[in-house]
Amino acid sequence: MLPETPAQTAGPYVHIGTFPYAAGLTIGWNARLHELVRDKEPGEHIEINGMIYDGGNAPVTDAMIELWQADTNGGFHRSSFPGWGRAVSDFTTGEWTFRTVRPGPVLRRDGSVMAPHIMLAIFARGVNGHLSTLMYFPDDPDANSRDPILSALEPARRVTLVAKRQPNAEIHSYRFDIFLQGDSETVFFNI
Amino acid sequence: MTLELLEGHPVHRLASRYYDRDLRIQPVRHDPLYASTLLRSPTHPPLAVGETIADLSGPVFGHLKPGPLDNDLIGNFASGGLALGERIIIHGTVQDQNGRPVPETLIEIWQANAGGRYRHVRDGYLAPLDPNFSGCGRCLTDRDGRYTFKTIRPGPYPFKNGGCAWRPSHIHFSVFGATFTQRLVTQAYFEGDPLIPLCPIANTIKDPRALRTLVATLDMSAAIEFDALAYRFDIVLRGRHATFFENRTEGV
Ligand SMILES: [Fe+3]
Repeated sequence: MLPETPAQTAGPYVHIGTFPYAAGLTIGWNARLHELVRDKEPGEHIEINGMIYDGGNAPVTDAMIELWQADTNGGFHRSSFPGWGRAVSDFTTGEWTFRTVRPGPVLRRDGSVMAPHIMLAIFARGVNGHLSTLMYFPDDPDANSRDPILSALEPARRVTLVAKRQPNAEIHSYRFDIFLQGDSETVFFNI
Repeated sequence: MTLELLEGHPVHRLASRYYDRDLRIQPVRHDPLYASTLLRSPTHPPLAVGETIADLSGPVFGHLKPGPLDNDLIGNFASGGLALGERIIIHGTVQDQNGRPVPETLIEIWQANAGGRYRHVRDGYLAPLDPNFSGCGRCLTDRDGRYTFKTIRPGPYPFKNGGCAWRPSHIHFSVFGATFTQRLVTQAYFEGDPLIPLCPIANTIKDPRALRTLVATLDMSAAIEFDALAYRFDIVLRGRHATFFENRTEGV
């Protein structure tokens, strides 16, 4: 078995290669990679935003965040829905945003069902290998309580993975702040 | 939430479990020598987890048609001239730990120019921008998992780390793989660069053999006469256990 190539930090200029528009470039990806849905996309459209905080409670303003999720029926690659997106934490405030659809539950090969959730991966300076976490929804506590990953966590850590509803007249909106260290450190997985 | 919804759900391709990541070859997360890690490294170890959507699937870019210059960083930002610096080819293969090539996977690279300056709104280093160089490239691997970029050798640059810290010449690489579990972001260094053993970031990898796998080697066989030197950088993504159930239907 070959050894895996080790990771290195994405560094502060990750945007040049992965989100050139944010770096001030006109070549490469020109899409708005944080918007996974167009008007007619089936499913419930939602918005997610948040910040990443470091151990000193300062917002991380140079991260690139990747999203991976199932479609509205819990499937992958079955429609035009890409399931994948990228966002950049604002260079001043640290705020990032995605527009997507609420994913359906996902069936695992062992027959267990994962509650609707979204996977997020953080790439940034000082982060030597990307950090993976899972965001669950607050609206479906029953599904969450049966989720094989969420239910295995102790309650104090489980709450770090559940987004909060926030008022928005236009679209269902969720807030998911990520804490790299400290009392409310987000649960990260060895994915 | 019903299982009917999921009936006939094809088993996601490549759905078996991956080998556990060997953390001994990976960079340490918290490293006093690399100051940026101090407040950005979680204190809890990453939690082991069973199968996730990252094992089941991942973004595919096979439909993406990279432009003819997407992998030519000497030409893809040219405005009346060509990028300055030492012209090089960097090429190699992407395979998994079982030695299987990873075809049609997206590779993105970014790098500083020959003077060590990034074309990024936040880079204020003294070295000038090159009007003909962006430092952004991408390509899909071919059916045999091969990739190639034409570029210039990036210059070293200093960074804030307390003291006199310099990055060796390096190219940042982002690779997707077949599922999200194989996702990799890393850096390629250059054979013989005396700054590698001094670099706090390179040395977050504590296993010298593992660090050596990030060093691209001079490859005269791929050099282009009177044009460019070549370096070889092969990439290995996580492999999966032998038993997998491609194209079987779940729950039947
Ligand atoms: Fe760099």
